[in-house]
Amino acid sequence: MASVENRLAINLCGIELDNAVIPASGTFGYGREFAEVYDINILGTFSFKGTTKEPRLGNPTPRIAETPCGMLNAVGLQNPGVDKVIAEELPAMAKFFHKPVMANVSGFSVEDYVYTCEKLDKETQVGWLEVNISCPNVHGGGMSFGTDPEAAAEVTCAVKAVTTKPVIVKLSPNVTDIVEIAKACEAAGADGISLINTLLGMRIDLKTRKPILANTTGGLSGPAVFPVALRMVYQVAQAVSVPVVGMGGVTTAEDVLEMMMAGATAVEVGAANLVDPLACKRIIEALPAAMDKYGIKTLKELKG
Amino acid sequence: MKQSVFVIKENRRIAEGIWKMVLAGDGTAVTAPGQFIDIKLDGRFLRRPISVHDADEGSITIIYKVLGHGTDDMTRYKPGKQLDVLAGLGNGFWDPGYGARPLLIGGGVGIPPLYLLAKQLRAAGMPVQVVLGFNSKADVFCVEEFEALGCDVRMASADGSAGVKGFVTDALPSPGTYDCFFTCGPLPMLKALDAAIPAGVPGQLSFEERMGCGFGACMGCTVPVKGGYKRICKDGPVLDREEIVWQA
Repeated sequence: MASVENRLAINLCGIELDNAVIPASGTFGYGREFAEVYDINILGTFSFKGTTKEPRLGNPTPRIAETPCGMLNAVGLQNPGVDKVIAEELPAMAKFFHKPVMANVSGFSVEDYVYTCEKLDKETQVGWLEVNISCPNVHGGGMSFGTDPEAAAEVTCAVKAVTTKPVIVKLSPNVTDIVEIAKACEAAGADGISLINTLLGMRIDLKTRKPILANTTGGLSGPAVFPVALRMVYQVAQAVSVPVVGMGGVTTAEDVLEMMMAGATAVEVGAANLVDPLACKRIIEALPAAMDKYGIKTLKELKG
Repeated sequence: MKQSVFVIKENRRIAEGIWKMVLAGDGTAVTAPGQFIDIKLDGRFLRRPISVHDADEGSITIIYKVLGHGTDDMTRYKPGKQLDVLAGLGNGFWDPGYGARPLLIGGGVGIPPLYLLAKQLRAAGMPVQVVLGFNSKADVFCVEEFEALGCDVRMASADGSAGVKGFVTDALPSPGTYDCFFTCGPLPMLKALDAAIPAGVPGQLSFEERMGCGFGACMGCTVPVKGGYKRICKDGPVLDREEIVWQA
């Protein structure tokens, strides 16, 4: 029987996934650009672009700056708003992606989160709600919910009340003690925890002597953050009993295995998609050989 | 968009800080003049978006300006080196039938993407006027290439050492001699052209922006346009004159 078992399969909050690889929100749009270059149904799932109650243009440009082994972004949650996502993006996505998708939700008040989650709860295509309380690039919201355990718990509790779908709370690394926030979310009913969002950073243009990003600061992602992410995933996975989705600089199949050894049930891949549109396909294809090399029979065995 | 490996056939300096690179590989991914390619460089995280100067079935030619570490690295790449390239990115100049007497205006490293367009417009039998702007004589490149296509070429340079002294706006042909325009260059130049060319003349303007992915996924290069917003990498880099919202 072992021979027909899918070695890469995992279960995330009650939903079976063909594999543990999940493109992260904000690096995969609504999947369309990637579906042009490969069949994205090979993915476990993907987390679509962060969605808010109202449409958002996002921050002025420049929004992107390169860093050693990574990049800064200050996109600022550009998205067409939940109503348009439901009316246009989800039907369009249904044509090329046939698995439950992860809906990433952001907001500026508890009411915002509730409004957006309540609407997405009715969508059969949506498998999980990934509640982002950690965007570093918007003011007066986003990350402020993710830096205070009480506020994080309040959002989690309010969202849980309006949905029957699993709620995964996405945490910010820009805190003194991420474990405390994760525990507060779990106590408030979170079905899972995902981490890490980007690390706050900045660059200055030597010629103009001014910040490169119009927003001054932005979120650091890419291989540069992998060890920080891994450490936080490890700490949180030790402290909570709900599934942990690990992300931050994951680029290779080996990174996926390392994240899972740190305690992640599933792994999101972010910035790597922006450099190589086929990154997730390559990672999934490389997993069996990498598992053989380290004597891993199934991904499930890594997270007991 | 198509990802493939290209091999450098030629990489040489053609003017002050300006280099020309010929890449052998599948050029069929380039479907319109004004598109760009996104090149993975050794040891740099983000790809480098560079406009396509010329393309055919078996090659893509780019002309790039040394602006930072990445493009500086590129000058040391030798023929035979393999490069991971995303090709066929962006909308490009989308309608060669925009008018019958096109005017092409290029400033500095904004000139290269106009070459493939000029080639196609000439092949369609149109008279093509071209205005090229440089800082000085040492920066001049591509002029003979446009002349060889049979284009009527004017030149401007900021210090007057090549062509008319001044900017491209000082070298524009008289209104009425063209019925549409296509342009690529620095933002102040695009803005000045929009102000200088009579209202009602249709135009396509190619914009530059710092990009993350180059293929529409990260929303890193979005700009407001009339009636919404567009990603410069995917919905652009070419915008219609009528939809542009000029930033302060």
